Amino acid sequence: MQPFTAVTGPAAPFLEPNVNTDVVIRIERLTGVPRDDLGRYAFEALRRNPEGGQGGDPAFVLDTPRFRGAPILIAGRNFGCGSSREGAVWALMGLGLRAVVAESFGDIFFNNCFQNGLLPVVLPKEAIDRLAAEATSGAPLTVDLVAREVRAPSGAVVPFAIDPQRRQALLEGLDEIGATLTREAEIAQWQARDRAARPWIWATA
Amino acid sequence: MPRTLLDKLWDAHVVADLGDGWSLLHVDRHLLHDLSGTAGLEALAARGLRVRNPELAFATADHAVSSAPGRTGESYAPGAPLWAGLRARAAEAGLHYFELGQVGQGIVHVMGPELGITLPGVSLICGDSHTCTHGGLGALAFGVGSSELTHALATQTLRQRKPKSLRVRFEGTMGRGIAPKDLILHLIGRLGADAGTGHAIEYAGSAIRALGIAGRMTICNLSIELGAKIGFVAPDDTTFAYVAGRRFAPKGADFERAVAHWRTLASDPDAVFDREVTVDVAEVTPTVTWGTSPEHAIAIDAAIPDPRAAPDAERREAWRAALDYMGLEPGRPLAGTPVDWVFIGSCTNSRIEDLREAAALARGRHVAPGVTAWVVPGSERVKRDAEAEGLDRVFREAGFAWREPGCSLCVAANGERVPPGARAVSTSNRNFVGRQGPGARTHLASPAMAVAAAVTGAITDVRRI
Repeated sequence: MQPFTAVTGPAAPFLEPNVNTDVVIRIERLTGVPRDDLGRYAFEALRRNPEGGQGGDPAFVLDTPRFRGAPILIAGRNFGCGSSREGAVWALMGLGLRAVVAESFGDIFFNNCFQNGLLPVVLPKEAIDRLAAEATSGAPLTVDLVAREVRAPSGAVVPFAIDPQRRQALLEGLDEIGATLTREAEIAQWQARDRAARPWIWATA
Repeated sequence: MPRTLLDKLWDAHVVADLGDGWSLLHVDRHLLHDLSGTAGLEALAARGLRVRNPELAFATADHAVSSAPGRTGESYAPGAPLWAGLRARAAEAGLHYFELGQVGQGIVHVMGPELGITLPGVSLICGDSHTCTHGGLGALAFGVGSSELTHALATQTLRQRKPKSLRVRFEGTMGRGIAPKDLILHLIGRLGADAGTGHAIEYAGSAIRALGIAGRMTICNLSIELGAKIGFVAPDDTTFAYVAGRRFAPKGADFERAVAHWRTLASDPDAVFDREVTVDVAEVTPTVTWGTSPEHAIAIDAAIPDPRAAPDAERREAWRAALDYMGLEPGRPLAGTPVDWVFIGSCTNSRIEDLREAAALARGRHVAPGVTAWVVPGSERVKRDAEAEGLDRVFREAGFAWREPGCSLCVAANGERVPPGARAVSTSNRNFVGRQGPGARTHLASPAMAVAAAVTGAITDVRRI
């Protein structure tokens, strides 16, 4: 996983509520497009010219010259709801995003972000609205995981809370599978006890 | 200290306490499908790791396979490598695998319960957000992304934080023409698509107790549309009767022992929930979505909402965009809106009970001119049972297409799409922009309401036909 410490750059305001992962990336793109190319198809349902970049869609914030390639997205509540597809995170990162700031996130998407080094920051609505207003000019914001704060162009500092284990994992770029594999003895012990307590779980021949 | 069912299900699977509220949770059952499952098995192999407990993993293709009669795994060309990859990887790793045309193939959330893979009290995961469906049997079931899926294959565990608890009580008796789908759409319309975020939902109350397992699964299925990745119903005699005799369910003395354990899986009477909601079921009417989020759900006799009446600026904008996408005008009745497509299927509503209900209404009627109507059974088992009961004939005679099991038009991952601009009434779970195909306009409804739309050619209150 890509470690995350801090990111500075334009923050695209995109405050529509309930933006789902189907809209972030169409499911058919997950069967035919390599993971690293998914960014080209991000939000294609909302963009007149999905392959973006050149030309783009002036009505879609991430296609405007000001916010093309922006590393931060300021999103509406319940961002990333719906499907569990991790391709949504890959597509956002493919656009160049490293942090998404929103009032709330879909539970599964939120987990998936941390698995890939995309930082989801939860802030109250007032803070979101204030940051979005400041971000509109394209002036750079900083999302700082070390200091646990967002710094706005005006100098305003908005602290955010984050689970300590998740923060640590992101800072280090922790490999969760590797970490859990070191607990093999505990897993084996638990399973041995469970085979006696709930034999029906294990009778799957 | 009194415990909720969530406490009991959670605590029973904690392998290790990781601190700060995190647990290493054991995964009792892992379902894999052709989209996320194949990719997960490949990611595992790429890391040089093997499936730790293949005996607990069950795989079948559902997303990217054609539902056309006579289909093979290669009928939809882009899905062919996923289907072939799943089969090859499953054989290599020694997972349970169910091939197209075999009993066991089908939508993972339909086949798991029907084979007794899903049992009360198990922890069950799948790389699919509708895994919450299995909570209908009292399982702790949730969807995961690719990374967590690979983690579970490698370690048979997941690192998880326990969610908060939300109890929803559906109390009273459902009126004529009301289905479980209406109850849950009504709830989402009332609470909003993010009301359950960060929570596990326990569905309780007299109306839930009166439901069969299929209905409970329909309700649990839409937990994720309420924002909750977990939803469940405490198992009871209805559950035990459903499970008995299924292929992977415990037998004989093991079954008795399991039932004794399962009877302990209920919230203690004085358990405290983080949040509670009660719904008077008598107030629920047939419910249909008008917009592009499941929270855009209204009673069939209600008018299409006016953005000017939206509770805040964001919703005003969202409603406007939704009406524009859906091609609807505020203030007009939703009933009477002409439809082009009808889809009966998906992990929400493709079980034999759903098809019986739909067929009962379709019998002796005919799909209206200009409407394309599909029935896609949830699994090979459902398909065979339906054919044994003659339901396929009822549907065909009424002008519905009878197809092969899979996800099909719910998610349009197999090349099957509702055309751009076409309006569909669908028994599935998501009315998102482009969900059933780019530009497709989806109205979510119950199977009975879907038949009513098919035979009248318009969104119609099933109680009027």
